[in-house]
Amino acid sequence: MSDSKGIFLKDATVNAADGDQRAFIRKALGGYYTNRDLQKARYRDWERARDAASMAKWSAVNDLANVLEKFVANFERNGGVVHWARDAAEARAIILKIAEDAKAKAIVKSKCMTSEEIHLNDALEKAGYGVVESDLGEFIQQLRGEAPYHFVFPCMHVKREAISELFTKHLGTAPTDSPEELTMIARRHLRQLYIDADIGITGANFLVAETGQISITENEGNARLTAALPRIHIALSGIEKVVNHLDDLSVLLPMLATAGAGQPMTCYNTLYSGPRKPGECDGPEQFHIVLLDNARTRLLADPEQRDALHCIRCGACLNVCPIFKNIGGLAYGTTYQGPIGSVITPHLRGLKQWNHLSGASSLCGACTDACPVRIDLHHHLLHNRRNAAKESPTLFDRVFHNGFNFVIKRPWLFATGGRLFRATLPLLQKLPLPYMSAWMKTRDLPKAPAKSFRDEWKNHENV
Amino acid sequence: MSDARTDIFARIREALKVKAPRPHLKAETSSPKTSVAAKPWLPDGGETIEASLQILSEQLAKLKAVLIRVPDHAAAARALAELATQKSWKKVAFHGHPMIQPLVAALPCEVWEADKSFDKQRLEGCDAGLTTCESIVAQLGSILVSSQSSGGRALSVLPHAHVVIAEVAQVVPDLGASLALAKSRHGESMPSMLSYITGPSRTGDIERILVLGAHGPKELFLILVG
Repeated sequence: MSDSKGIFLKDATVNAADGDQRAFIRKALGGYYTNRDLQKARYRDWERARDAASMAKWSAVNDLANVLEKFVANFERNGGVVHWARDAAEARAIILKIAEDAKAKAIVKSKCMTSEEIHLNDALEKAGYGVVESDLGEFIQQLRGEAPYHFVFPCMHVKREAISELFTKHLGTAPTDSPEELTMIARRHLRQLYIDADIGITGANFLVAETGQISITENEGNARLTAALPRIHIALSGIEKVVNHLDDLSVLLPMLATAGAGQPMTCYNTLYSGPRKPGECDGPEQFHIVLLDNARTRLLADPEQRDALHCIRCGACLNVCPIFKNIGGLAYGTTYQGPIGSVITPHLRGLKQWNHLSGASSLCGACTDACPVRIDLHHHLLHNRRNAAKESPTLFDRVFHNGFNFVIKRPWLFATGGRLFRATLPLLQKLPLPYMSAWMKTRDLPKAPAKSFRDEWKNHENV
Repeated sequence: MSDARTDIFARIREALKVKAPRPHLKAETSSPKTSVAAKPWLPDGGETIEASLQILSEQLAKLKAVLIRVPDHAAAARALAELATQKSWKKVAFHGHPMIQPLVAALPCEVWEADKSFDKQRLEGCDAGLTTCESIVAQLGSILVSSQSSGGRALSVLPHAHVVIAEVAQVVPDLGASLALAKSRHGESMPSMLSYITGPSRTGDIERILVLGAHGPKELFLILVG
């Protein structure tokens, strides 16, 4: 068993038994379901909108080299600097070098899952920079010293009392049980940090090839401030975020907001096309983009699951997933949680270590139905199971499949085995069988029928 | 060792040698090629200006943004002065634009043209920022501001309230029309920032409970002339 699997099984078991926490998560998601349905109802045809969104991503991802080249040429023409990173270590080194060259001290970040993926904060802090997350949820998780619970709602599992305690401990503020007052504490604390920071680091939701702009989606205004006040702006993005046309955003931005948060549009959707231009009164002097591969090309090389690169990180699949709702986001142990995380993590970090996530699914398909870009999520979980069994079958896989193969080809053996199984079924209930014990702890085996199906069929034919 | 860019492009080209099937579209009649044409399956933005204005006012109300309709610029100046008094604003930063200059003259408080002598610390101390906009999207209640037409990047997000002054002619039905307008207006020299603002700044990060004014303005006012 891989380490990550052991930790997953342990955490998932503990969390699934925590009824209080599960009820809290369900309540938190209740408002989302209502708002999402209200907003979806405003679409004159949600299914056709999904078609358009998935085609916009399909055409860019399947022509990635050309579309990226076009984006990069336009981005550079706008005065931005492009950096390429094959993996996490290269991306960290590039960002550290920019910070060093700029003699920076303080860095402010807006929410960027790609930076979680490359563990950027650790690297920056080790190098002596002050780094502060400015998104409220990420700020809370940074103070807690915990990874995000959900890649759109990072601290949705934390109750207000815990946040109040956290702020009292770290910021010295008076306790309060009002979410509004807690938000204002963070607002007041972070405002001066934006003004003093030398570097602002953001992610990117879309890279527009046609114009060389990057698009950032947010609600709080923290990304706007991060890209406005510091003298250097660094955006970190996966190479798959590119789209062909500016007009693609007229579909993708509203759908991202509706699927992800039940909003018509998120509060700020901003396109950046370079550093401050002549005649503009503020904005950074330098604008860098770090384009990261980090095994995305490995996923690209699998035509069956290539559509997982269409993901716009809305989080809709997490919000509807019965597994996510029961075991919570932290148990996954991944940067990207829920169904999309279970699909892509084995590609990004290795199938052998992470295939267990493919089993963390009821295959109900709620994720696939929720996906605004039509990623075939629950089938990809099956594809990963199949690939894992082919690539490195476990002893159980080998014994079971070879045994099954042997028996099914010999009708007499199948019939004898069936008779034996029916006769011994009551005994199985009492045996402490591996693979079965967790299931049988709370369930009784059904009574064995007196006759096999084949015997019944013969009788039926005789009538 | 080859450089990262060369390597990544080589990996991409190698990966794409095997084609992926086109997505199975539910609605086979839909044109997959996205174009500037209206998209009759997205939320409605109104076919006439009256319909668009109706949708816009409903959207803004849901977003908790305040729409103030006035017949002319003189009435806009009066509405702004009234707002400043009602909210007890002491300092208002504004974008130096011909549509705004005459409005601030009548304000009963300290006013400052932020894009003339930009100072972020001073801007943070302002009660309100006053800007124009590029266009307004009826379909979503979004207001498009830019670094060129709205006094830079910070003026519309750093002060505690944001007031936008616009004319009815700037209202477009949907997001596609607004993006097309920005493209035709700026061509290859886009402002370094274009931002769709959809209601006052908000967060739901604490127990998914909505709080306005997370980091940006707590209040958003649109004064619409015409």
